Amino acid sequence: MSSHGQAATPAQASPAPSHSASPAYTEFHPRWYRPKISTYWWLGKWAYVKFILRELSSVAVAWTVALILAQVWSLIRGPEAYSRFVRVMSSRWMIALNVIAFAFLLLHSITWFNLAPKAMVVRVGGKRLPAALISGPQYLAWIVISAIVLAIVISRG
Amino acid sequence: MVNRETEPIFWTLFSAGGVVAALFLPIQLFIFAFAVPLGWMHAPAYDSLRALAHSPITRLYLLVLCSLPLFHFAHRFRYTLYDGLQIKHLNEVVFFGCYGIAILGTVAAAYLMWIL
Repeated sequence: MSSHGQAATPAQASPAPSHSASPAYTEFHPRWYRPKISTYWWLGKWAYVKFILRELSSVAVAWTVALILAQVWSLIRGPEAYSRFVRVMSSRWMIALNVIAFAFLLLHSITWFNLAPKAMVVRVGGKRLPAALISGPQYLAWIVISAIVLAIVISRG
Repeated sequence: MVNRETEPIFWTLFSAGGVVAALFLPIQLFIFAFAVPLGWMHAPAYDSLRALAHSPITRLYLLVLCSLPLFHFAHRFRYTLYDGLQIKHLNEVVFFGCYGIAILGTVAAAYLMWIL
């Protein structure tokens, strides 16, 4: 405890600050050290921007579901309501909005398929299956499903 | 609310919704937001589209297509607000807002499929 002894030399005649004494009772809770992080912390690095964009793709997901519900609702209400729905979907601002939504949907699909090998470790014969063998079939399923849905709707045209 | 017991349920819904959204939503939006409005493909007539939507399989498909991705949205958007905006003090408002949308959307979808 030599350092303690030095601190107590008479050279420091000024009254000791309260915190160097035994911790006194205070009726206030001590404040933790929590540095304030900017709301725009993610703008500094491309990886962080990508992360926030990926998370924001969920808004495009909800938007697309809302469109599907509106479409079904218009189908229920009748031919006039349905043609009104198609007219709204053809308007310039709606197309522009949907271009953005579609870009986010693609971002979601691609990041989702690429993430699967990281989230799911498959071992065959004691060896970890390469990432391409896990995300590959998902891309294939994506293409097949898209083709089937497209074919079904086209067959009704 | 989210705790040790309920977190796996929310996460499973998030995950299942993510798969459905990734596989089915892009083509769905592509057809009805671009291909039909811009005349890239022959627009299905009202009657045939209604008949297609009316079949039990399509109704089940549409219900799943609407419900699960909304739960995916709820989980992800909640954490986007949490990480991005750091509005911790509004945690409960955000939680009930996000999952409220998912539940209301699911109820609305179920009702629409019922009367379709």
